[in-house]
Amino acid sequence: MSEFLNFHFEVDGDNFVSAGQASVQMKKNMRQLGLSPEIIRKVSIAMYEGEINMVIHAHGGVADVNVYEDRIEIILDDKGPGIKDIDLAMQEGYSTANDHVRALGFGAGMGLPNMKRYTDDMKIETVVGEGTKITMSVNLS
Amino acid sequence: MTVNALIEKYGFSPLSLPDPDREVKGCYIGDLLSWVMGRAQADNAWITIMSNINIAAVAALSDVSLVILAEDVTPDENVLKTAESKNVNIARTSLPAFETAVKISCDI
Ligand SMILES: Nc1ncnc2c1ncn2[C@@H]1O[C@H](COP(=O)(O)OP(=O)(O)OP(=O)(O)O)[C@@H](O)[C@H]1O
Ligand SMILES: [Mg+2]
Repeated sequence: MSEFLNFHFEVDGDNFVSAGQASVQMKKNMRQLGLSPEIIRKVSIAMYEGEINMVIHAHGGVADVNVYEDRIEIILDDKGPGIKDIDLAMQEGYSTANDHVRALGFGAGMGLPNMKRYTDDMKIETVVGEGTKITMSVNLS
Repeated sequence: MTVNALIEKYGFSPLSLPDPDREVKGCYIGDLLSWVMGRAQADNAWITIMSNINIAAVAALSDVSLVILAEDVTPDENVLKTAESKNVNIARTSLPAFETAVKISCDI
């Protein structure tokens, strides 16, 4: 496997009013690496949706972004409640978000579909009661 | 048209203008953040009535050129400071979203 850069972020689960810090930082990192605006945008959107999901559904978690020669890999890992029915969760409009986070503009049920749409590969591993790990990949060419 | 020119032409109030020379191309209207993330295009003006801090991150990450707060919405505390630091332009108008979009449509 080719050499890669790793960026690691702890995602705080308590503060969903100003969530998204890891994604914003990663965007800066990608700018410094000189990646194209299109790639930066795809990774930013997918990572933000995953980061927000960890905050509002799973009490936080960790995010790792690996930059390989030919792709960027985003791994989001949490010890939240897990996802019971992945097919249902992937449907546009499905959401279990509470009224409080809905009032902030979340809970449209579009996050997971966005993550799928803006990445070239997405894998969800989840165990109810233990947590969720989502691995996404954006090709660089 | 640039952000600055658009704001001046229509008398929008500038609230945060770290990147005034950016070009505005097209427009997206919406308040649900994941819809904006998924549907707004880079360089769009984003018209919304959402005023909480998350609009700064969404605007930065979806790469819109300008957030227009319609209906004279007042941004929450810290939104403008965060927007400045994330290079996000924000302006405000008393017009509703639809009328704002109609007005700027010929310039973007
Ligand atoms: N990390 C996670 N842990 C547990 N459940 C999750 C996680 N991510 C998503 N889910 C579940 O999947 C559902 C759909 O997620 P999705 O991101 O598509 O929508 P949402 O977060 O509810 O709303 P939006 O993303 O539009 O703000 C969530 O409502 C939640 O039930
Ligand atoms: Mg979501």
